[in-house]
Amino acid sequence: MILAILGATRGMGRALARQAAERGDTLVLLGRDLDELERSAADLRIRSGGRAEVRLVRADLDDIGTLAPSVEAAFAAVGRIDAVVVTAGLFGTQDALEADPAFAARLLTVNLSHTVVFCEAARQRLLAQGGGTLCVFSSVAGDRGRKPVGIYGASKAGLSHYLESLDHKYRAAGLVTICVKPGFVKTGMTAGLKPPPFAGEPDGVAKSVLRAIDRGQPVLYTPAMWALVMAVIRRLPRFVMRKVGF
Amino acid sequence: MNRTAAPAEPSKKAPEGTLSGWGRIPLPGSERFGEDLEGLSASADLCRGLGRSYGDSSLPARPTDRVVNTVLADRLLSFDPASGRVRAEAGFSVRELYRVFLKQGWFTPVTPGTSFVTLGGMVASDVHGKNHHSAGTIGRHITALRVRVADGRVIDCSPQQEPELFWGTIGGMGLTGHVLEVELQLEAVPSPWILQESERIPNIDTFLERLEATAHDWPMTVGWIDCVTQGPSLGRGLLMCGRWARPEEAPKAFPRQLPRLKLPFVLPDFVLGPLSVRAFNTAFYWKHIPQKKRGIVHPETYFYPLDAILDWNKAYGKRGFTQYQAVLPKDNARRSARAFLELLTREGGASFLCVIKDCGPEGSGLLSFPRPGVSVALDIKMTDRTQHLIDALNAFVIAEGGRIYLTKDQLTRPEDLRRMEPRLDRFTALRRKWDPQLRIRSAQSVRLLGDPPLPETTP
Repeated sequence: MILAILGATRGMGRALARQAAERGDTLVLLGRDLDELERSAADLRIRSGGRAEVRLVRADLDDIGTLAPSVEAAFAAVGRIDAVVVTAGLFGTQDALEADPAFAARLLTVNLSHTVVFCEAARQRLLAQGGGTLCVFSSVAGDRGRKPVGIYGASKAGLSHYLESLDHKYRAAGLVTICVKPGFVKTGMTAGLKPPPFAGEPDGVAKSVLRAIDRGQPVLYTPAMWALVMAVIRRLPRFVMRKVGF
Repeated sequence: MNRTAAPAEPSKKAPEGTLSGWGRIPLPGSERFGEDLEGLSASADLCRGLGRSYGDSSLPARPTDRVVNTVLADRLLSFDPASGRVRAEAGFSVRELYRVFLKQGWFTPVTPGTSFVTLGGMVASDVHGKNHHSAGTIGRHITALRVRVADGRVIDCSPQQEPELFWGTIGGMGLTGHVLEVELQLEAVPSPWILQESERIPNIDTFLERLEATAHDWPMTVGWIDCVTQGPSLGRGLLMCGRWARPEEAPKAFPRQLPRLKLPFVLPDFVLGPLSVRAFNTAFYWKHIPQKKRGIVHPETYFYPLDAILDWNKAYGKRGFTQYQAVLPKDNARRSARAFLELLTREGGASFLCVIKDCGPEGSGLLSFPRPGVSVALDIKMTDRTQHLIDALNAFVIAEGGRIYLTKDQLTRPEDLRRMEPRLDRFTALRRKWDPQLRIRSAQSVRLLGDPPLPETTP
């Protein structure tokens, strides 16, 4: 399989890239820092026993001008891409985002507008080659407006919404869209936050995401327990949500 | 795909707002995780990895100290399949090394008794294994380090380049600087399986004889001692010798990942009480019915028997435990090992597990633990008497001219350490050269090495 991953140097993207490399997949890593990409590429090549082919392309979700060209460059590097994966994104606690409007604006831009722009470019290329998979990391935070993840959750709600529409509109044309909704996963991004019950590990998430890509599953809650947790939370009446802290 | 069920995960069992080592005795503090170790280390007071040192070596001196956890900085940076030389970020674990490299025919030339250890931790403790008599400590196989020293500079060091800093960092308990990257010479293995010969040993004298005799034929040896039984059978146990199996001896298949258990809760105190320890020791000894056994063993079972239970440290109850490991010099090893065990049983230090190992030549690390002689390691449950027991054992070790392993220590008194460690002044001088204020410090370095107080910093 040929995978392009935006966000493969850290967290869940790193775990996903490692598992793909270990099974012998070809990888295109997209990211903003070429030195970091180079270090991750070395890691992946060694872990695959030298089997995995790894290419690097510069893309910066903060910089809209780099996005469409990076998709072009990724396809040009390997010819055909079976799945484009986006794990990159920003996170901030509600307190930090409320205190800093510029940061809030940047997070909304990166996680929603620019991610959609990147996905649009990827969608066009995937459709042009006759189909493929677009797998994007949204979040359970986008499932319901909640106190601790208001602004971050809004960016992910918009993203989930967009991804669902892609799945409706283009599946018949061969584009499989996968919206991954991780619950709390212990990565560098969530370091410093207190892990809730059912917190996941990047390795477990990566394994389930690769399976979802193989199966073409449109929505993936991971760890699986979060499907149940969110099913309950989505149904809680507002007077309860106003009272509780999550 | 052969994935680890539980990836490298630090000792997360400490109560909130605290950190603890493997002995589960917490101190107030918190740690920061992140992939960008180079960035995070710039302002760190201490780095820690998987938290498998037993005592307070990886714990902050003050609750507000900035502790950086390295486990997310775990990338392999380079590997030469011709020579087996590998370079990785400091948080890369032996667990991953096992998973990635054993199937490629390579393994770490030295491994401690757990695979849940990072390269940075191995360097800081200058770990040794069952092959100490033939391979030395890990320091002998480390070819280069990248270290963030206290003034913020990043220094590349090796036996050729900045050798003082290099050899001070090997076994330096993370106090000379933050280890960012490690270059290690791997060992080519003929197969991924171990050929083991185990032998029932009737008493401590025979044990030392057999350890010495088998050292010539076997690259790896280790003994388990029943330290409950007294009298003529004092120090009886099992001696396990091993080497990598040759391809024609080994099974064709690659060893499958062994299942892992978790202890769902902290066991109540009576579980590892004196009676059960005695029963366990007797059963373990007599389960080995033939006097000698020989066979192919799974490498995980051989190297990491306790890793099969992920959090076995919970077995020691609410108060936690400590480990005591000392090396007794070679000249008097036989007499002093016997006297050590006699003292231990007299003091009632019945240990669930007691491990004995003959050590080869001293490593080049400035504070490296092993030296020629015999090393004894035992788990000790924390009780009101534990401090007294450690003091008694230390008095004995000082009299014999031995020393303790800092990585295991929780309770040694600074004056006792000074008596067994003539190397301390050199080590402190080296630390001061790179870190005049001794800003990089741990709870252990304050307790044992007497680091002077620092002005309070804002977290």
